[in-house]
Amino acid sequence: MWRWLIPLSVVPVLGLLAYGFRVNPHDIPSPLVGRPAAPFVLRTFDGTDVSLASLRGRVVVLNFWASWCYPACYEEAPALERSWRAYRDREVSVVGVAIQDQPDAARKFIADFSLSFPNAPDPDGKVSVEYGVYGVPETFFIDRAGRIRLKQTGAVSDDLFRGEVETLLGEPA
Amino acid sequence: MRRAGLLALTVAGLVGGRSVEARAPAAPRLAAGPVAAAAATVPANAAPTIDEETVRRVAAQLRCVVCQNLSVLDSPSEMAAQMRAIIRERLAAGEAPEQVVQYFVDKYGEWILLAPREHGFNLLVWAAPVVSVLVGLAVVAVLLRRWTRPRARPATPVDPALRERIRRELDSLP
Amino acid sequence: MIPELGQGALVVGIVLAGYGAIAAAVGAQTGRPALIESAQRAALAVFALVTACFLLLAYAFLTFDFSVRYVAQQTTLSTPFYYRVTAVWGALEGSILLWAWMLGLYTLIVVLRHRGERDLYPWALSVMLGIIAFFLLVMTLPAPPFERLTPVPADGRGLNPLLEDTGMITHPVALYLGFTGFTVPFAFAMAALVTGRVGDAWITTTRRWTIVAWYFLSLGLLIGGWWSYHVLGWGGYWAWDPVENAAFMPWLTGTALLHSAMIQERRRMLKLWNISLVILTFGLTIFGTFLTRSGVIASVHAFSQGSIGAFFLAFLGLVLLVAFGGLAWRWDLLTAQGELDSILSRESAFLLNNVFLVAAAFTVFFGTVFPLLSEAIRGVKVSVGAPFFNQVNVPLFLSLIFLMGVGPLIAWRRASIDNLTRNFLGPVAIGLVAAAVLHLVGVRSTLAVLTLALALFAAATIALDVLRGTRARLRAGVGLARAVTGLFLRHNRRYGGFVIHLGILLVALGVTGSQAWSVQTEATLTRGQAVEVAGYRFRFEGLSAAQESTHARVVGTFTVSRGGGAPIVMRPSKKFYRQEQAPIAGVDYRMGLTEDLYLVLGDFARDGSAATVKVLVNRLVSWIWIGGLVLTLGALLAIVPDDRLA
Repeated sequence: MWRWLIPLSVVPVLGLLAYGFRVNPHDIPSPLVGRPAAPFVLRTFDGTDVSLASLRGRVVVLNFWASWCYPACYEEAPALERSWRAYRDREVSVVGVAIQDQPDAARKFIADFSLSFPNAPDPDGKVSVEYGVYGVPETFFIDRAGRIRLKQTGAVSDDLFRGEVETLLGEPA
Repeated sequence: MRRAGLLALTVAGLVGGRSVEARAPAAPRLAAGPVAAAAATVPANAAPTIDEETVRRVAAQLRCVVCQNLSVLDSPSEMAAQMRAIIRERLAAGEAPEQVVQYFVDKYGEWILLAPREHGFNLLVWAAPVVSVLVGLAVVAVLLRRWTRPRARPATPVDPALRERIRRELDSLP
Repeated sequence: MIPELGQGALVVGIVLAGYGAIAAAVGAQTGRPALIESAQRAALAVFALVTACFLLLAYAFLTFDFSVRYVAQQTTLSTPFYYRVTAVWGALEGSILLWAWMLGLYTLIVVLRHRGERDLYPWALSVMLGIIAFFLLVMTLPAPPFERLTPVPADGRGLNPLLEDTGMITHPVALYLGFTGFTVPFAFAMAALVTGRVGDAWITTTRRWTIVAWYFLSLGLLIGGWWSYHVLGWGGYWAWDPVENAAFMPWLTGTALLHSAMIQERRRMLKLWNISLVILTFGLTIFGTFLTRSGVIASVHAFSQGSIGAFFLAFLGLVLLVAFGGLAWRWDLLTAQGELDSILSRESAFLLNNVFLVAAAFTVFFGTVFPLLSEAIRGVKVSVGAPFFNQVNVPLFLSLIFLMGVGPLIAWRRASIDNLTRNFLGPVAIGLVAAAVLHLVGVRSTLAVLTLALALFAAATIALDVLRGTRARLRAGVGLARAVTGLFLRHNRRYGGFVIHLGILLVALGVTGSQAWSVQTEATLTRGQAVEVAGYRFRFEGLSAAQESTHARVVGTFTVSRGGGAPIVMRPSKKFYRQEQAPIAGVDYRMGLTEDLYLVLGDFARDGSAATVKVLVNRLVSWIWIGGLVLTLGALLAIVPDDRLA
């Protein structure tokens, strides 16, 4: 009677492994959502400085990318540029951070997609770590009060951008 | 065409390296900085300074986020080198090793620890080896007791010399 | 044309394998030898077909047939001949083909050795053909190696540069020979369950198969460690990566099986346990390929995606449920009242050996799937990596080293006090003395002291046994050389096992040394600047660029000197591949008996004036590879057939 427990005990193990198909081991939920976004000061490729503090009161979309990140970064760059142009007069800022990249390749990427929002390299990786970045692309939607409200791993689409930014714009500073 | 590409890459690699533009007009990261200073003064034959040892110990607990399963200490990747630099900086600023580890956990979640923290649900995995050995030993103990129970057969007397010879031959079996 | 031929051959292969499996089973059940012979012919045909597939795929690689997606993915026009051959099994589809081919080869050998046998062989043949049919099915549906690519690219993508290494020839081949090798004992165990002949026939038939499979698995693991050490550029040989664990688990249960099988041979006990171990070991090999190919757990090896994971999970489930179901069905036949004379006996030592080995396998398994479990139950992702596995496995492995010393000399049935003192007093004394000496010499790590003392104890018991046996022969008037070789050959199973143990002890020595006494440091050096590590002086001389057929390379030149000795030059590099986004580290190393020097090039300055280098001085690592060689000799000795010797 108890002997049949042996083949039966295989079933929960199989179940657990099957569960594995539904989850992506590379998709790590961020503990930073809902917490205040870490301050940063970065020097853009143009030579100007951009800081999170100076953007307080605006909705900030912080996007981490790399020129070697194909195809996702290449898909979202035009979407980001479009969205930036649509929202730049409505108290929304887009900031791009090029991580683990070569300066020339990053500049070429910016030129290829005619990105007009500020882009800066992260020389010692400190900003990446401050935001818990482990891959590219990753995008953080920060509300007017300076809190991270959403982290998107993977390419950002026009719809996602619009949906999230409209929600955050509707909130008071 | 591809050749030109490779050559350009080589030149770019040599010229560009993986170095990054300095944020401020300070000297490039590679030539100056605490790492180089420490390197120049590492004494012959001695163990590294306490600081380096602590850095290594912290780095060994953290998972390199861009690799698969390597620690920040072991990983040859760029990101891991940057993380080691951050660890070094924070320790030098006076933070305790546990605080540095906690900083990374705050940013990345528990996932960044290479061994699960020993509390709550995670105790299951830490208990697994002990429990399985104990269960195994218990089973063996029960079996041994059952199998060495004295049997009721009368023992036929055996010539001691024969018994000794049998024992020796059994012992020499593979 | 060629790819279609190959794909067609696979389909025919499935049909024949399926037919053979059914024919052999029906023939065995109804007692019709004609059906069994027909199944045999089907098996031969399947082997021929799979070999043809292999050759056709290799042909596609050698002729740069980029219309085949797999070829385009793995090679470019500039890939050298050597790597074009190894690329055949460099990724998913080819690796399945390799697995299927090895299954076919083993089936062929089983047919040649056992044809005409009536009891177990037909059922074993049926099981093996069924398993081959599954792998061929995988190659037809989710992972076709001959899939066409349109439009045909002008050039391929190229092999993963980490695979451009001699390890690519040996590591997968050895590993797969080990994995697939366990199919044979499994098939015979299934045959035993079906026929109810659960006595000793199945285990004696498969004894040599088990050793061969176990040996290749050991070899595959060691070569994997070698490759990790010399190619991956992180200075380590084992990372407890999920796929490494997946190969390690069947090795652990396979080792347990090797030992408990000996108890069944001598005492006719543990039948239930041995069949369970065989099923478990085979199941773990399938679990291993499932892990590698399903992407369920993140790993450095995972090279899959798609529905193939579901195929393997279903197959794994089928195998385990049917096999353990069969076990439960035949329960009464398998449980017999065992008899032991004494708790102090070799049987007990082997039982304990099994406890620790299976506990280690379970620990590794649970640790590997725990991230999944944690997410399922708690919704929180955790990592279980090297710090965990190293910590929990150490006591288990130490116990096993101790048992390695006890097992071979303790008597079967009952160990008398006399037997114990005669055999163990000396080695125990040696172990204690070693511990004291190490402590006095200044070794601070208690773990290292304990491991080395236990290893010396175990080595001493082996030495004592060899000494006694040789002395007995010398007394008979034989010369020394002849005495030793005669001893080894006459009792080749026993001494083969001892030599294997010795190999394991050397591996333990290497692992202990490298964990306890290796030093590393990272330094950024300007040209002419040096860093001192462990008495060596590493001076950075400069950078240079070079160009190979598949990549561009930046090489850092370092002069290494020690004391007044002649300096050597080491050249770690960074290789930039067109198809890879990050550069691959090219490690330079010097191996030695006590120390390895190991350099990894990191960042470097734009103008070549400075470079970051990671310097490792690893201690005793070479003994791991030496231990592997010794293990090979022992395994060869152990499988020589008894009837061929004096």
